[in-house]
Amino acid sequence: MSYKLQFAELLPYWNVLLQGLVFTIVLTVVSTVAGIAVGTAGASARTFGPAWLGRVVAVYVELIRNTPFIVQLFFIFFGLPALGLKLSETTAAFLAMVINLGAYSTEIIRAGIEAVPKGHIEAGLSLAMTKWEVLRRIVLNQAFRKIYPALSSQIIIVMLGSAVVSQISAEDLTYAANFIASRNFRNFEVYLLVALAYLVLAILTRAALRALGRVIFKAR
Amino acid sequence: MLQFSFWDILSNLLIATQWTIVLSLIAFFCGGIVGLVLLFMRTSRIAPLAWFTKIYIEFFQGTPLLMQLFLFFFGIALFGVEVSPWTAATLALTFWTSAFLTEIWRGCVESIPKGQWEASSSLALSYIEQMRYVILPQASRIAIAPTVGFSVQVIKGTALASIIGFVELTKAGTMLNNATFRPFLVYSLVALIYFCLCFPLSWWAKKIEGRLNVAR
Repeated sequence: MSYKLQFAELLPYWNVLLQGLVFTIVLTVVSTVAGIAVGTAGASARTFGPAWLGRVVAVYVELIRNTPFIVQLFFIFFGLPALGLKLSETTAAFLAMVINLGAYSTEIIRAGIEAVPKGHIEAGLSLAMTKWEVLRRIVLNQAFRKIYPALSSQIIIVMLGSAVVSQISAEDLTYAANFIASRNFRNFEVYLLVALAYLVLAILTRAALRALGRVIFKAR
Repeated sequence: MLQFSFWDILSNLLIATQWTIVLSLIAFFCGGIVGLVLLFMRTSRIAPLAWFTKIYIEFFQGTPLLMQLFLFFFGIALFGVEVSPWTAATLALTFWTSAFLTEIWRGCVESIPKGQWEASSSLALSYIEQMRYVILPQASRIAIAPTVGFSVQVIKGTALASIIGFVELTKAGTMLNNATFRPFLVYSLVALIYFCLCFPLSWWAKKIEGRLNVAR
């Protein structure tokens, strides 16, 4: 190979990369929190709600799980304005991420809820706990403990998937990479650097989630 | 001015769907072959091989598929070789698929009781023979459901090839949208076609999984 890699050419753009990195992190954190909230609501509705609501949730989950994220993103960003709902690229990116993670976490949390023995719910109700108390203190409490590892890996998958939001020019880490590549044409260098940044981010996220899990679910 | 009817849009999308299917099949089968080789390396007792595979998997599972596509697309070009979106997409998707399949299959291999390894090694079988005649026939039964499930991820992954200019379903959708200015219709159809490709596979994977649970 006669080509010499020139990483020094990336130095002047460090602030662009940093901004992109911050956007990706914020996007991941916000959509994780909101997505899990959606997932909890969806899973509860599917297991305890009326039948029609359960079916609506099932359709939502299957539609999202069986289509690519980029198509969902394009549909929200390009398709919805045709119905009069115009979103900025940042809003569209956040919305698509929440909808996507919401569907996956619904399915994950539902698996956790179904693993809670019926007797626990009956015991709770017989102790005069309200339905909400049973859901919160008995069902979800145990469900989350069980599915936490699965949920953690889904969060990392979604974080990596968020690279796609650059395609509607939401200014994430990949957008920064594309921007720099279009300025100095050091395509390979910048994509290699950014790929490694994602790798580090994934490893750190995994470690952080594991530590967080240890704090939340202290061994009894 | 050229007009596109609903049927024009649909038929163009369906033509492009063929490329999504072709790319998915290639990525899945080549990824499966590479994944099988990596599985042997990952579970072997030769430490450097296992380490190499570990790093390989960490890289392909820990970076976005989009970045991998870019790296192949621009990386191979550094060697002075002309890279078509075809080559870059096939290579990136193959390696990406292989990393995930290796991890899935490793889980299946490790779920086989240790006694099977010990019994086969006491019969003087070599590592390759142990895998070939004892472990893999048992592991492959458990592996079917998650492997079929992962094929859905491969189909969805091919959508990213559109970004480096490979004309498949998503790219065709973008091109038709630019020509017709009917984004709602076009992207609804694109999503629907993906759904028709993926849902039967998801459903099948779930069914196989259920059957395995009954047997147990």
